[in-house]
Amino acid sequence: MNDKTILRYTSNQRTNHWLVAILFLMAALSGLALFHPGLFWLSNLFGGGSWTRILHPYMGVAMFVLFLGLVFSFWRANYFSANDRLWLTRVGTVMRNEEEGVPPIGKYNPAQKVLFWVLLICMLVLLFSGLVIWRAWFSAYFGITSIRWAMLLHALAGFILVLSIIIHIYAGIWIRGSVHAMVRGRVSRAWAKKHHELWYREVTRDETPERPISKKG
Amino acid sequence: MASQDIIARSATTTMPPSVRTQEEVAKLIDTTKCIGCKACQVACSEWNELRDDVGHNLGTYDNPQDLSADTWTLMRFTEHETDAGNLQWLIRKDGCMHCAEPGCLAACPSPGAIIKHVNGIVDFDQDHCIGCGYCITGCPFNIPRISQKDHKAYKCTLCSDRVAVGLEPACVKTCPTGAIVFGSKEDMKEHAAERIVDLKSRGFENAGLYDPEGVGGTHVMYVLHHADTPRLYAGLPDHPVISPLVDLWKGLSKPLALLAMGAAVLAGFFHYVRVGPQRVEEDEHPVTLDPAVHEFDPSVHTFDPTKPGGEDRP
Repeated sequence: MNDKTILRYTSNQRTNHWLVAILFLMAALSGLALFHPGLFWLSNLFGGGSWTRILHPYMGVAMFVLFLGLVFSFWRANYFSANDRLWLTRVGTVMRNEEEGVPPIGKYNPAQKVLFWVLLICMLVLLFSGLVIWRAWFSAYFGITSIRWAMLLHALAGFILVLSIIIHIYAGIWIRGSVHAMVRGRVSRAWAKKHHELWYREVTRDETPERPISKKG
Repeated sequence: MASQDIIARSATTTMPPSVRTQEEVAKLIDTTKCIGCKACQVACSEWNELRDDVGHNLGTYDNPQDLSADTWTLMRFTEHETDAGNLQWLIRKDGCMHCAEPGCLAACPSPGAIIKHVNGIVDFDQDHCIGCGYCITGCPFNIPRISQKDHKAYKCTLCSDRVAVGLEPACVKTCPTGAIVFGSKEDMKEHAAERIVDLKSRGFENAGLYDPEGVGGTHVMYVLHHADTPRLYAGLPDHPVISPLVDLWKGLSKPLALLAMGAAVLAGFFHYVRVGPQRVEEDEHPVTLDPAVHEFDPSVHTFDPTKPGGEDRP
């Protein structure tokens, strides 16, 4: 064991993540403004209703494109593996901050993997339904029934996305050290071992396996 | 019109002023009397100062081809062959139906951009319109159009400005055959009933009034020779309703989604209150061999009996 921290996210990955996060925040706030009358006041953040209507799709497209960067970075680590099913059945234990019987997991736990794929699906639905209802450019090419379906799916996918991100943000608050991992990129060895033991073993495998216990021997 | 006369307002969750009552008005369009002269189109264009672009003849009498931000009413011509082999020229003046339950208003996200007056007129306030086109999605009759000039939605106002000062709509005033009449909704229904009796006596057995229930009735009604098949009249919907998709999108899902998002935030908060954060307890993993802490103060020496040599110097 040594005291070196472990790199979890490169600076490019962090930048990518936070760009997506900022764009998500903007797209979500402007989308919510158009979704529920009780939240229409959020449109003031973007310069009024018309500006919200104009900007929202561009924010969304930018978010999607940048999200693809995250997908390319992380999709391999989000493949489901054998332990994942067992972990998911023990998710209640995890929620109680207990560890007994929770199998070790890789770089991402199964809940994070589910989140990853849910986000990807939502983003795809949002993109394509969003293009259909984008009056300024594309709506003219679609019939009214397609537009109505797209409206509904867009709202639904947006809702699931917002809900997922609420959970994602809370998980960051709950699991101490994970926000720091995404801000500064590094995690402590103890953190890696506790939360992602298989990943921890993987990244430390290359190191000298049997370090002398003391330099002085 | 005074603000008290508005009884429904888009994207508004509280009740607008509803104390004052006023008689509901209606425009009755008798397709059986219409000669297709398009005077109503011209009157609409003149009164509302609208000048649509000159289009092209596409082989029909419809001119222009479709409603637009500059054409709020349009005669639609249909050549219909009856079972008896007679040709009928069905002419319908298309435009906003001024539904009692307007789909446009239900879909609109901008507070006050669409209002319904107590007399039944559904009006767009372009000053509040944000140009999203949700009204188009919500409308069962395919009426609103977004202007490419200012990206605001436009449609027939039922000449709310004229009606407010006791005048009939411009199209009504100009109609040379009396095919378009205007008055209280009750009077118009009565008038229609008389017309229908007359039409039936002259062989139009299916003559009837088009005042569709699905949208709560309309404030523009038609007398049709074929009230059993409104779709003959250039696709007038047989049973117009606000699409269930729109209903779901702008109805139940709105409060439920908001509730679920709020609940998710609360669930997180109370999880934190009850269970608390997961910290990595460095003690949990016996990293007793970790010399890191000692490097801060070289003068501190510790004795570790588990180690050969016992003492660990940085």
